[in-house]
Amino acid sequence: MDRQEVLAKIADAAVEVLGVERELVTENANFKDDLDADSLDLVEFVMAVEEQFDVSIPEEKLEGIGTVGQAADMVIAAQESPAPSAAESGTSA
Amino acid sequence: MVTGASRGIGRACATALAADGHRVGVCFGHDDRGAAETCAAVEAAGGEALAVKADVADPAAVDAAFGQVEEAFGKVEVLVANAGINRDGLIMRMDDDAWGSVLRTNLDGAFHAIRRAAPGMLRARFGRIVTVGSVTALSGSAGQANYAAAKAGLIGLTRAMARELASRNVTANLVAPGPITTAMTDALTDERRQAMTGQVPLGRFGTAEEVAAVVAFLCSDAAGYVTGAVVPVDGGLGMGH
Repeated sequence: MDRQEVLAKIADAAVEVLGVERELVTENANFKDDLDADSLDLVEFVMAVEEQFDVSIPEEKLEGIGTVGQAADMVIAAQESPAPSAAESGTSA
Repeated sequence: MVTGASRGIGRACATALAADGHRVGVCFGHDDRGAAETCAAVEAAGGEALAVKADVADPAAVDAAFGQVEEAFGKVEVLVANAGINRDGLIMRMDDDAWGSVLRTNLDGAFHAIRRAAPGMLRARFGRIVTVGSVTALSGSAGQANYAAAKAGLIGLTRAMARELASRNVTANLVAPGPITTAMTDALTDERRQAMTGQVPLGRFGTAEEVAAVVAFLCSDAAGYVTGAVVPVDGGLGMGH
């Protein structure tokens, strides 16, 4: 899956979980400032993304997610080094 | 979802919630027959029940139990974290297992259930969490270091949840029963029971139904502005704490 595909799926998740308009979810959109997401929103969003991509995003990385593009990079990084739980399930996105 | 629902306060909560129109997941640890009786009581109250077996100390079992209830009834919007055990003893003689097992069931168990329930409640923008504490959490109780510590822990857990989830219309409250007539207090000696009764201003043990009535209120729409509360149902025993 290339970066554009990851971005598209992440945008879907953002639209669904955060209830924002699709056109607002650009690569540079900031979750907090542009998409009006609070910490609970961000956790919900990350859980949805983890499920969709079958990856595990470590708790300490959550702070680093500022923009939609950063979230995509985090998913790509997580796919390259799957967490034990993701690896055990025997699948990858 | 009511944990510890095969008897006592849990059964009464399941029945009271059914009477208020809820479909009830009857979560129980080992007493299959008791759980079946609870389901029968729920159905007699005009409700639907699904018995799910899970040791709340085991997060995977809790996850599976929620999965079963969600499949049957949809997302869990009301959680009564009631499952509890006691292993009383003076602290010099309290071994690690007596300490740990009570903490795991009474405190970790509530944590596991709340953690599993929270995402669905957030999404629904509605949720009711009620934990079942004890008057001993604040007053202390000789011979119950493990039990009192676990129940006191529930207060912090519940109030943290009240703050964390409030913006999504999820409330979290704790009921703190005093001496209630259940299998747990049936194990007391007559002498001990009389001594406890003497300390209760209302002069008697309470019933599981009297606790369940308060739990049902906290789960109702009428209690929408109540969160983070510690509500005693103790005949006045805890006054001043």
